[in-house]
Amino acid sequence: MATPHSGATPPLLQVDGVTLAFGGVRALSGVGFDVQPGSITAVIGPNGAGKTSLFNTVSGFYRPTGGRILFKGEDITRVPAPQRARMGLGRSFQNIALFRGMTVLDNIKLGRHAHLKTNVFDALLYVGKAQREEAELRRDIEERIIDFLEIDHIRHAPVAALSYGLQKRVEMARALAMQPQILMLDEPVAGMNREETEDMARFILDVREEWGVTVLMVEHDMGMVMDLSDHVVVLNFGQVIAQGKPAEVQADPEVNRAYLGSGDVGDLRRKLHAANASQPTGVA
Amino acid sequence: MDWAFLFEISLTGIASGGLYALAALAFVMVYKATRVVNIAIGELLMVGAYLFFTFSAMFALPLWLAIPAAVLGTGLLGALIERTMIRPLLGEPPISVFMVTVGLGSVLVGLVEMIWTADQRRLPDFMPSQPIMVGEAFLAPKVFWGAVIAVVFIAAVLLVFRFWRGGVALRATASDQAAAYSVGINVPRVFSLAWVVSAMLAAVSGIVVGSIGGISSSMGVFGLSVLVVVIVGGLDSVLGALVGGLFIGLVEALAGAYLGGEYKLLATFIVLVAILMVRPYGLFGTHEIERL
Repeated sequence: MATPHSGATPPLLQVDGVTLAFGGVRALSGVGFDVQPGSITAVIGPNGAGKTSLFNTVSGFYRPTGGRILFKGEDITRVPAPQRARMGLGRSFQNIALFRGMTVLDNIKLGRHAHLKTNVFDALLYVGKAQREEAELRRDIEERIIDFLEIDHIRHAPVAALSYGLQKRVEMARALAMQPQILMLDEPVAGMNREETEDMARFILDVREEWGVTVLMVEHDMGMVMDLSDHVVVLNFGQVIAQGKPAEVQADPEVNRAYLGSGDVGDLRRKLHAANASQPTGVA
Repeated sequence: MDWAFLFEISLTGIASGGLYALAALAFVMVYKATRVVNIAIGELLMVGAYLFFTFSAMFALPLWLAIPAAVLGTGLLGALIERTMIRPLLGEPPISVFMVTVGLGSVLVGLVEMIWTADQRRLPDFMPSQPIMVGEAFLAPKVFWGAVIAVVFIAAVLLVFRFWRGGVALRATASDQAAAYSVGINVPRVFSLAWVVSAMLAAVSGIVVGSIGGISSSMGVFGLSVLVVVIVGGLDSVLGALVGGLFIGLVEALAGAYLGGEYKLLATFIVLVAILMVRPYGLFGTHEIERL
C-alpha cells in the first residue's frame, strides 16, 4: 500500500500494492512505496528478493498482476514501456544493455531518439530555424552529459570495447540524454572496484544536485546505499519488510535478519519453508 | 579461353546478381530486426509479381499505377503476416517461427494457384528493349534494366535507413531490444516496419524477376537461391547480402555457360557447402550460430 503523502509535494512515483506472478511463482506481493521528487530512493534486499522484477514492472517491461503504478499522480500501469520512457522514466540495466556495435556518442544520441520529431525528408533537407535550434539544443545536452560523466576521451569508441565500469557510465549517459524525470539505476556499481564505485556515487549525487533528476536505484552495496539515499526500501521474498531513512532501516531487526540471518541455522530453513509455502507474513 | 565470352557471361551474372542482392536485402531486413528466418521470401516475391500481373494485365491499369499498387499491396500482406502469424509467436523458440514461415510459403503458393491457376504467365513489358552493349559484350536489356532497378532500390533503402529515424530505430532494435525499449523505441512497430519494407522490396524484385522470366506458381524457387545468398553472406549482414548476391549471380552464370543450365543450382549449393565449412556464420555475419 502506498503511504499517503505528507507535506506539500506529492510523490513523483507511487508504487501501490504491486503484485507480480510468473505462473505460480510470486515475484512481488503487495509492494508499495513512494518516490519523492528530488530524492534518491534505494531499493535493497538479498538476491532474489524481487528488486529487478520491481524495476522491470515500474519501467513497463513486466505488467503487474495486481496493484497500480502512478507517475505524477497518473495511473501508468497499462502504459507500454517505450511510452513510459518518453514520459520521463529513464533506466539502466543490471546486465548492461547498450547498442554494442555503435559508438558511445551514437548510444547517447539514441537516448534522444524518443524526443525527436523529424521525418525522413527533414533529415535529408534539414531546413528551418526551429529544427536548427533543436539540433543545437540536442548537441548542447550531449556535450553537457559527456562532460559531466567524464567520457569525452571515449566518445568515438565502440562501446563493446570499453571496460565494464565505463559501459555502466555510458548507459547512465544514454539514460540522462532522455532528460528523464526519474533516473532508474539497476545496480549501478555492481562489479566495480572501489575507485569506480566512488566515481559512480559522485555522479549519482551530482545528477540530483546539478540536473535536478530524481533517482531510484537498486543496489547491493550497503555502504553506498546508506551514504547516498534519502529513502530506503527493503525487499525480501517479494515483500517490503521495511522502509524509511537509512539509519532507521539499518536499525530494523527484520532487515538484519533478512541480510545476516539470526545466527540460528534452523532460521534459514524456516525462511525457505515460509517462501515455498508462499504464505508470506509479517509486513513491517 | 574466350575472354570476350567470359566477360559477357560475368557481366550478365553480376547484373542478375543485383536482383539476388535486392531480394537478399529484403530477407536480411526481417532477420536483423526480428531474428526470424523467413523461408517464404521467394513466395512473397511471387505474390508481388502476381499482384502486378493482376493490376496491369487484368485491370489494365497504367504502369505508374500498377507497380506502386502491387508493391503497396505486398507491403500490406507483409504487415498482415507480421501481425497475425509472427507477433503472436514472440518469445517462442526460433524453430517454431521458422516452421511457420515454411508453412506460409506453401499457403501462398496454394493461394496463387487458387486465384490465378498454376499456368505460366507473361508480365507486360515495361523495360526498354534496345540491346545494351558494354564494349564488345552484349547484355540482355531486361537483365540490364533489372540490375539498374535493383541498384536504385538498394541505394534508396540504404540511404533512407541511414538517415531516417525509423532506420536508426531498426538498427537499435537489431542491436539490443531491451535497450531499444528503454530509450522509447516502439519495438513491435519496428517489427511491423521491417516486415512491410521487406515485403515491398520482395515485390519489386518479384516484378523484375517476373518480367525477365515470366511468372508461375513455382517462381518461389528463386527464394532458394536467395537463401543461399544470405547464408553465404551472413544472415544479419547487409553488406553480406549485397556481395553474396553478386557472387552467387556470377557463379550461376558461369556454371550455366560452361557446364550447362542444369548445373546452375548444383554450383551454387557446392559454394554454399564450401562456405559453411569454412565460415559457418557466413562471410560477413555475426559470429553466433543459431541451430535450427
